[in-house]
Amino acid sequence: MSSEFAISVRDLTKRFGSFTAVDAVTFDVRRGEIFGFLGANGAGKTTAMRMLCGLSFPTSGQAHVAGFDLFTESEKIKKNIGYMSQKFSLYEDLTIVENIRFYGGIYGLSDTQIKSKTERMLEQLHLKDQAKALARSLPLGWKQKISFSVAMLHQPKIVFLDEPTGGVDPVTRREFWTMIYQAAHEGTTVFVTTHYMDEAEYCDRVSIMVDGRIEALNTPAELKKHFKAPSMENVFIQLARKATRADG
Amino acid sequence: MSLSVTVSNVNKTFLTGKTSVDALKSITFDVKKGELFGLIGPDGAGKTTLFRILTTLMLANSGSAAVDGYDVVRDYKEIRKRVGYMPGRFSLYPDLTVAENLSFFATLFNTTLKENYDLVKSIYRQIEPFAKRKAGALSGGMKQKLALCCALIHRPSFLFLDEPTTGVDAVSRKEFWELLRELQASGISIVVSTPYMDEAGLCDRVALMQEGKIMEINSPARITENFGKPLYAVKATDMFSLMQQLREVEAVQTCYPFGQYHHVVFHNSQLSLEEVRRVFGTVHTDQLEVQRIEATIEDCFMDLMHQ
Repeated sequence: MSSEFAISVRDLTKRFGSFTAVDAVTFDVRRGEIFGFLGANGAGKTTAMRMLCGLSFPTSGQAHVAGFDLFTESEKIKKNIGYMSQKFSLYEDLTIVENIRFYGGIYGLSDTQIKSKTERMLEQLHLKDQAKALARSLPLGWKQKISFSVAMLHQPKIVFLDEPTGGVDPVTRREFWTMIYQAAHEGTTVFVTTHYMDEAEYCDRVSIMVDGRIEALNTPAELKKHFKAPSMENVFIQLARKATRADG
Repeated sequence: MSLSVTVSNVNKTFLTGKTSVDALKSITFDVKKGELFGLIGPDGAGKTTLFRILTTLMLANSGSAAVDGYDVVRDYKEIRKRVGYMPGRFSLYPDLTVAENLSFFATLFNTTLKENYDLVKSIYRQIEPFAKRKAGALSGGMKQKLALCCALIHRPSFLFLDEPTTGVDAVSRKEFWELLRELQASGISIVVSTPYMDEAGLCDRVALMQEGKIMEINSPARITENFGKPLYAVKATDMFSLMQQLREVEAVQTCYPFGQYHHVVFHNSQLSLEEVRRVFGTVHTDQLEVQRIEATIEDCFMDLMHQ
């Protein structure tokens, strides 16, 4: 694998019985890139993402993530990536500081590292007064920002974000993207899914999955040109309407 | 004009331990008969609490509300016969099949699928192939369609839909809204909530909600007309640097990314064109593109949040 790529995938396939959830997908994600991973519900995004994080074993194909083989070195991959999702991010019954300490411990950070990281994070997110607040008591937007920072605690090479901004207010949603830009600027590769089509525009490159396959992959500008579309939403609709897979 | 929902000065406070949260603060609004009314706001705006009060599942601390002239406290039984409610969380029986869930809800209301087939037909046809599948094993999209079918099975006059399109892809969202328009055409009044600002434009009128308060109520067109400040879309090679530079400019109130452009709002609504040109002239960037644009609902929502 060339070191220019953070993720390199060849013919990656996942079957559940007779159902092919991910059908021989091939793509590369460059280091430091913001890569938008789009697709309709049921297109296979979550399955593909779970495989790349080492949480689901592929049926066939090849893949390297953060320089490690997905088939033989998935534990090493887990140490070198960060992950956050909309559905689960922080432990609701723990305070902010406890959540940071917990995740820091999981990722093997020392007490001194955790202490200094905690201070820096509370400072950057303007959350000093809320340090001892239970995660449950915070607005979703704050939770998602903290959750992203927690996923970045161990300075992963790649961070996977699964619908990180769903339901978040429009201002916080944009602040969140500023954090994504910042992370990419500092060299982290960002792999992100979203249903907000304006957010697809913020990505360096975007792939669109339909029925388990990647039907399009390019910069937003090139995709719009190619599909003669005024917006990414229009590109997405043109492609996703072609889906034939019974969404049961 | 007859009203189907009236809400007057409703307040709701939740106590969690020692802290209290004002989930709803003096909420007042009406929904007209046959209207498609949207509650637009992010997580934590109070939308779900409002739905629970209107569907008689929760009591307000103060204020009053009525659905079709029936008081939500005194006449709750009447209201329950008349409303269909689709909660944000999937609330059907996961270990009953699709067909069993439908027949269960039909029986509760003393009716059958057959009797109301014309109303649910277009939705039911999409889930019919999975009639024998357990509801818990359906995909998100199919669960949502089944839930809508169950909410309609007793031919309600009002439909309350709590975030039916959250987490749903752009194509399915579009189809869902087409479905809502069809239901509206059949005479049902609809109150629907969504965190997606672009869906506001599909409603007759909307309430923009944030942190328990209604910031504005109007038709989407009126809301965007009333924005009242010059708004510019800008684009350049380095978008991140462009945003950082514009945020440093004193005359600029906000600069936020909006897809392939940044939207720039100025403090002064009377700013002359020369002044605007001078501001953009100070930005160091390649291939700067500037155009004056009309506000979207999202621009208005963000502006109201700043006030």
